[in-house]
Formats: sequence, C-alpha cells, structure tokens
Amino acid sequence: MSESLFLQGNEACAVASIRAGLRFYGGYPITPSSEVAEVCSVELPKIGGRFIQMEDEIASIATIIGASLAGAKSMTATSGPGFSLMQEALGYAIIAEIPIVVVNVQRGGPSTGHPTGCAQGDLMQARWGTHGDHPIISIYPESVSEVYYETIRAFNLAEKYRQPVVFLMDEILAHMRESIPLHDNIEIVERKKYNVDPKDYKPYAIENDVPTMADFGAGYRFHVTGLYHDETGFPDVSGKRIQSTIDRLHRKIENNLNDICKWEEVQTNDAEILFLAVGPQARAVKMAVKTLRARGVKAGLFRPITVWPFPEERFTQLAAKAKTLVVTEMNKGQMASEVRKYKTPNLKIHSITKVDSKMISPDEIIEQIEGVC
Amino acid sequence: MGNEQNYFRKERLPYIWCPGCGNGTVLSCATKAIGTMDWDQNKIVAVSGIGCSSRSTGYLDFNTLHTLHGRALPFATGVKMANPELNVVVFTGDGDCTAIGGNHFMNDSRRNIDLTVILFNTNIYGMTGGQYSPTTPVGYRATTAQYGNIEPPFDIVNLAIGAGATFVARTTVANPKELQSMIELGLRNKGFSLIEVVANCHEQFGRINDMKKPVEVIQWIRNQVVSIEDAKSLSAEELQSKVVTGVFRNEPRPEYVETYDRTIMSAALKQG
Ligand code: SF4
Repeated sequence: MSESLFLQGNEACAVASIRAGLRFYGGYPITPSSEVAEVCSVELPKIGGRFIQMEDEIASIATIIGASLAGAKSMTATSGPGFSLMQEALGYAIIAEIPIVVVNVQRGGPSTGHPTGCAQGDLMQARWGTHGDHPIISIYPESVSEVYYETIRAFNLAEKYRQPVVFLMDEILAHMRESIPLHDNIEIVERKKYNVDPKDYKPYAIENDVPTMADFGAGYRFHVTGLYHDETGFPDVSGKRIQSTIDRLHRKIENNLNDICKWEEVQTNDAEILFLAVGPQARAVKMAVKTLRARGVKAGLFRPITVWPFPEERFTQLAAKAKTLVVTEMNKGQMASEVRKYKTPNLKIHSITKVDSKMISPDEIIEQIEGVC
Repeated sequence: MGNEQNYFRKERLPYIWCPGCGNGTVLSCATKAIGTMDWDQNKIVAVSGIGCSSRSTGYLDFNTLHTLHGRALPFATGVKMANPELNVVVFTGDGDCTAIGGNHFMNDSRRNIDLTVILFNTNIYGMTGGQYSPTTPVGYRATTAQYGNIEPPFDIVNLAIGAGATFVARTTVANPKELQSMIELGLRNKGFSLIEVVANCHEQFGRINDMKKPVEVIQWIRNQVVSIEDAKSLSAEELQSKVVTGVFRNEPRPEYVETYDRTIMSAALKQG
C-alpha cells in the first residue's frame, strides 16, 4: 500500500525541502509563510541540519547564501514585503551562482497590503525583482501534492544550474490541507565533488555553461564576489568579460529549457478557447473548462508550472491553433501583458483579473467569457 | 607563526587602496595574528561587505567572500552555521557595519556566534567619495556635511558591549603591535569578537578636514588616544574627544552554534 501525507501547503514545502536535502534554513517570520519556518525549526535539527531566525529578510537570504557556499542545501521562505527586501541578495546569488531556494508565499500587496489575502501579484517581481539583466527560475504549483514534488524539483534545479530558484506559493496553497501520495522513485540532485588539483582550480571555469564550484572548506581556496568576475572569481570589469558573463548566465537557462520548463495541458488538442492560468487559480479554470466542454464549447487550459522561464515554445504552438486566449489571474493582468509579447497573430486576448483577495470562481470565469466566444 | 606571507595572494597585490592608507596595516596585523592560530588555511573563511576595508578579502589566500554592502555578518553567520569547523573572520568598515549593517551587528553580538570582526573605522565613507558616516565626529566635514557634521558618532565599543559581544577591543593603526595582539585575543575568543581599529583615510576624511597627508591623520588619531586605564581619571566631557583604546570586554559565554547543537539538536535527535 502506498503511503500518503495529509498536510497544508506550507508544511508540505518544509517537509519536501528536507526530503530534497535541505540542511540549513534562515528566515524571518511573516504571514502567510511562517509554518515553513516552524516546521523546519523542528525537523532540521533531527537530521543534523540547522535553523536560524534572523533579524530581517535581508539577513535571512544572506545567511542562506553563506550556508550554501559552505556546502549546505539552503532555503528561506517569506511573503511579499520580505521578498521585496531580499531582492538585492537574490541578484548576488544569481551572479555569484550560488544555489538557494527562496519561497515566496504571495499575499495581497503592494506594501503590507492584506497579509492573509489571496493574490498572485508577485509574478513579475519573481521575474524582474532584482536589478540588472538576469535569468531566473520560478516554479508555481497548484496543489499541496504538487507543492511537495515541485519543492524537490526546485532544489534539484538550483543545484544543477547553480541558480537561485524562486518558489511561488500563495495564501490558498499555504493553508489548504490536501493529501500527498508518496512514491519512492524521487530523483535528488547532489552537488558535484571535485578531484582536480587545487592549484588548477578555477571556480568559474565553465563546463556546459554551469560553473563547477567547490564548497568552502573543501580545500579549494577561492574568491566569491558580486562584482563582475573572471573564471578565477576575481573582479574583471572589462566590457568583453561583462558581456560574456551575462550572456552565459542567460544561456545556462535558455539552453536547458527542456529540462527546466514544465507545464500541464488540459484538453488543448482542439481548444479554440485557450485558458492560461497558474497556481491554484488554474484549478478554478479547470472546472470552468469542464462546464464549457459539457456545453459543447472547445475550451482547454495551458498551465505553466515553471512560470519563469515562461514555456514560450509550447505556448505559441497552442496559441496558434486557438481563436481566443483567456488569461485568468489574481492580479491586474501581469501574465496577460507577458503573453502579448509572443507572436500569436489573429489571437484575441481576453484578460480576466481580480484583486479582491479571493480566487476567481468557475462561475465568474464563465460569466466573463460569455460575451467573448 | 610566520605563516602570514603565505596568507597573501601575491598576484593580487599591490592593494587597490590609496598609497599610505591605513587599511594595509590592519591587513598585515590581521594575517600575523591569524598566523599564530595554528589553523588549517583551507578552513579559514574571510568575509567582507562593501567599501574600502571590505576589499581586504581579495588579497587573502583563504576561502574569501566579498558580499553586499552591510551584509558581511549574515553571510558569515550562514557559513559558520553550515560548517562550524570553519574559522570565520569578518572585515568591515564603519559605514558597512554600523550604518547599513547595524542590525546584523547588534544581533550577531547578542547571539555570540563565533565570528571575529575586524572593523576599520575611518570615520567616513571612503570608496563613495567622503560622505559622513555614523562615526564622523561632530563638527568635522564630509562631502555631504560641508557645514560640519551634526550627528553624534556611535561609540562602537559600547554598542557591541550593550548588544552582548563577548570580546570587545579598540585600538588604532598607529599602534600595530597592540592591533595584532588584540586581533589575536579576538580570534582566540570562542564567540563574537569585535576589534575596532581607528584607521587613517587621509584621502577622503583627511583631505576635507585639512589633513592631506597620511601622517597628519595618524597624528590626529594619536593625539586623541588614551588608554582604558588613563581614561578612568578623565571626565565624560574630556573623554568626548578621545579615542579610548584597550580591551573593554573579554568574558566568554556559551557560543551560539555550540549551544544550538548541545540543546536544540540533541533535544530534536532524542525526539527523532
Ligand atoms: S579612500 Fe580612504 S580608506 Fe579608501 S583607500 Fe583611500 S585612504 Fe584608504
């Protein structure tokens, strides 16, 4: 008999992170994310890991970057206001190529907004929150069981590409309780170990666009900085170096889209009305699709699970076949603006948005598109 | 002893610092002190923030981490917690540690995590062009205090003691011998150690305050120095314009990560 867990999303995220190999958590309390920290504080020391509650979110993300450099898989969890404070250090982890997982349990914003409100207002912040040109990986699950498995995938991607992963959740996912069927064949990615002579060691010598960095203390003494640097890790601000570093940081993600991008399709084969939705909002869309299909309307859903990089290739294939695209989101149309930049001639784009701290219901969705199709 | 030359990445020299800058003296004393510690070079981590002093890490042949402005301490905290075997030394400045990084400074002092912080106090933001810092004395000029600074400076030593640091000392670049021995004492303290080093930034602090040459600023520092013993006979008013040097606190108490492991981890392991 296969086992299962029955947890809320925040607990599932914490438990899964430990399954993925988490050994260090640094965080600061914030609604609606705090249970992630609470569970980690209890579970991590049981397996020889450590937990610390830092003085703010800036310190939280800084401390997990330090811990990751010293060899521990590391994570922090927060919500909008804390995620805003973390942006500078997120950029550091990107340019210094330090694997970390940053969980952002979205709430109503801007500012203090509505701490227990449902919202998807941080999609663009997850993409562009830190300054400068940078790639990002961001995952957004729709159910508690997906939180569990996608948390593990977030760690795997972070380690594999030496890239911070922003794991998006929201108030709904955080506190909803659902069961998680457990299976054994879970892939866990571990960091490479090194056997090169320390004398020849270059932390940013690049194989397949991903550097091969050793852990601090492992016998390879090297330098890490947030300045542009060469393959030794020391500052180099020549134009050529800057261009090639920034290009490579993007390339290591862009050349691996097949591995990084993940999505779900519901009845997309003949879909004339194509819905686009992410996170738990997509579950309401699924119900709307079912109702519409029962009425003979050819509706379907495309749901990016990897939100960033956006699964552009598959999206444009589906969009080319559809007549109308309906983007349904709990914000003022962030995804709708994103998809407008992809070439989808003759496609009518209809945006359904709501920012009243509640999910958009299947009935509301159907009502809104009645005039459209 | 005598390892200190191996602690420099000679290919990275000369320093980026202005000729005559006091930072070189601090770095050389720090390496000498580390050389007395019998530490495996591979297990030493040097962490810095942003600013002139924070460029120190680039010259040191350890595991070196040049972080973000103000954030050396939380990065160092993560390194230490992930691997307590590592010996972590933090290089920071007055602005880096007590303005933008002040919150981290207080909280790591309170935790008594085993980090040794060497704070270069140049009384100014050097790298950005001479703006006033939390330690610019009242009445002195800076590029953002052209009419004279009106903000009372931090007493960094009292700040650290108030927050709970277990080793706290202050000295100046004018006294390299004392500087080295204080860093050594700080390294030997199993807990949070702060060594404040009053250093000469003639290029920014000096120039705008009519002390263009390094020696002039060093002399200005020297003139203010009074030892902790001599300070006892001075009034609070007299002490205002003084730099009191010495070891202000050296009182060990349980270190943070050790306490975590001894209490939290062992309780958690029992629970299973
Ligand atoms: S600006 Fe001041 S602190 Fe910076 S290198 Fe020059 S003298 Fe030293």
